[in-house]
Amino acid sequence: MEIFGRPLPAMLSQLLLGLVNGSFYAILSLGLAVIFGLLNVINFAHGALFMLGAVLAWMGMEYLGVNYWLMLLLSPLIVGALGILIERVFLRHIYKLDHLYGLLLTLGITLVIEGVLRSFYGVSGLPYSPPDALAGATNLGFMVLPNYRAWVVVASLAVCFATWYVIERTKLGAYLRAGTENPRLVEAFGVNVPLMVTLTYGFGVALAAFAGVLAAPVIQVSPLMGQHLIIVVFAVVVIGGMGSIMGSILTGLGLGVIEGFTKVFYPEASSTVVFVIMAIVLVVRPAGLFGKEK
Amino acid sequence: MAATPVAGTPALSIRDLHAWYGESHVLHGVELEVQKGEVVTLLGRNGAGRTSTLRAILGLTGERKGSIRLSGVETIHLATHRIAHLGVGYCPEERGIFASLSCEENLMLPPAIQGGDGGMSIDEIYAMFPNLKERRHSQGTRLSGGEQQMLAVARILRTGANLLLLDEISEGLAPVIVHALARMIRTLKAKGYTVVMVEQNFRFAAPLADRFYVMEHGRIVEHFAAGELEARMPVLNQLLGV
Ligand SMILES: Nc1ncnc2c1ncn2[C@@H]1O[C@H](COP(=O)(O)OP(=O)(O)O)[C@@H](O)[C@H]1O
Ligand SMILES: [Mg+2]
Repeated sequence: MEIFGRPLPAMLSQLLLGLVNGSFYAILSLGLAVIFGLLNVINFAHGALFMLGAVLAWMGMEYLGVNYWLMLLLSPLIVGALGILIERVFLRHIYKLDHLYGLLLTLGITLVIEGVLRSFYGVSGLPYSPPDALAGATNLGFMVLPNYRAWVVVASLAVCFATWYVIERTKLGAYLRAGTENPRLVEAFGVNVPLMVTLTYGFGVALAAFAGVLAAPVIQVSPLMGQHLIIVVFAVVVIGGMGSIMGSILTGLGLGVIEGFTKVFYPEASSTVVFVIMAIVLVVRPAGLFGKEK
Repeated sequence: MAATPVAGTPALSIRDLHAWYGESHVLHGVELEVQKGEVVTLLGRNGAGRTSTLRAILGLTGERKGSIRLSGVETIHLATHRIAHLGVGYCPEERGIFASLSCEENLMLPPAIQGGDGGMSIDEIYAMFPNLKERRHSQGTRLSGGEQQMLAVARILRTGANLLLLDEISEGLAPVIVHALARMIRTLKAKGYTVVMVEQNFRFAAPLADRFYVMEHGRIVEHFAAGELEARMPVLNQLLGV
């Protein structure tokens, strides 16, 4: 069977690849949106902390023999704790300043994290295989589904929707939404907003580390793996707009899929298509597809 | 209802309060005292410093100096989120209804005061403000101005706060709603709440308050009880231009 002259299995496998990348975009842009909402900081360090999540998974395996599943839990906890430290020591001091300072500060943190790991591991890839339970592929008849990729999509979507649910449907989420609109008033009601800010940053970067561990078996683990991804994710955030959690998730997934299809139909454009879309969205709807015009 | 109030101590006692927004010095030694169960009105022209006084009580201005005691507890050095837990509920001039929250989420937002005995139940609140029950699933900012004002007051009654700081609650509202708010203040007083109201609308405030303070240029310039209102009218007219 063919669609637009391309074989269906090839299309489906690109769709899956697109969804895998889209899953990473979704988790990362979700974290960026939550952090920006409450902290007013454009967290450039997100890519480095994603990378750190993956490298920690590799280190766990390499040095301590800790398996994938345990690192899927531990990496986000370690990176989350590091995030809490970063917020307490650095970010806390710049909230009242222009966004530019937050961007520069987190860029600096990025360079430090990447530089330290580069000096230990260089820039070549560190091998990391998928866990045994998810190795191999399942033949669905119309396509061969690599088990690990399917897992990445399912796990990412589960985490994204759980985050969405907590933010949009629970009391804790109501504090977060209200704090995003007017933190001083929420604090005047007796909510410990500074603590909430710290934990939100920790949570946002823990999400990045979770994505990093998920990515370790499919994207080559290296100290620079966050750099390329974060640039695309910033474009995703610009396209989606900062206003909505669901918007971040859908935009991330959607752009991953568009990228995947571009690989089938016009491979030359696959690495630029996201930026072309970004340029168009910026002209037509500067606040982004889901953003609120100010 | 507040945390361990000492008997006979004022609910609120402000001494020589100075406050700044950045470099700009807006409160110049405010002195004010409110007993438990009193309704006190803060009058003054626009820009006199009434909103700033309420904000300073919650630590929402920039730097502040002097003394602010809540039921005897000094709060001048406390973080904002700790002050609410001493039993203060704040209704800001701009109402502060959250657009990303439903009416009911707005109502349920302020946490119950730690160590308090809980405030009004949600049923009592809905009985007092039936509109809010009807509109509980609507987005907070889709409510009418009057409903938003009711919501802004209602949500601080739930927490167990006894001292209510209400900033211009009658401003810009239709007369029926202003009447409903006046009735509400009387009900709250009967329930034992302590109320500090900032008002521009003198006719709204006059029949409700036990005592009045008048501010000008960041200072208290007049202070009298309800019984002296008649005698003070000429001075008031001159100070407020009513
Ligand atoms: N956020 C702010 N930054 C700087 N100055 C302010 C701010 N808010 C109020 N002011 C100034 O403080 C003074 C007192 O204002 P305010 O307390 O709002 O008075 P009132 O509530 O009595 O109308 C005014 O001169 C006003 O311009
Ligand atoms: Mg005012």
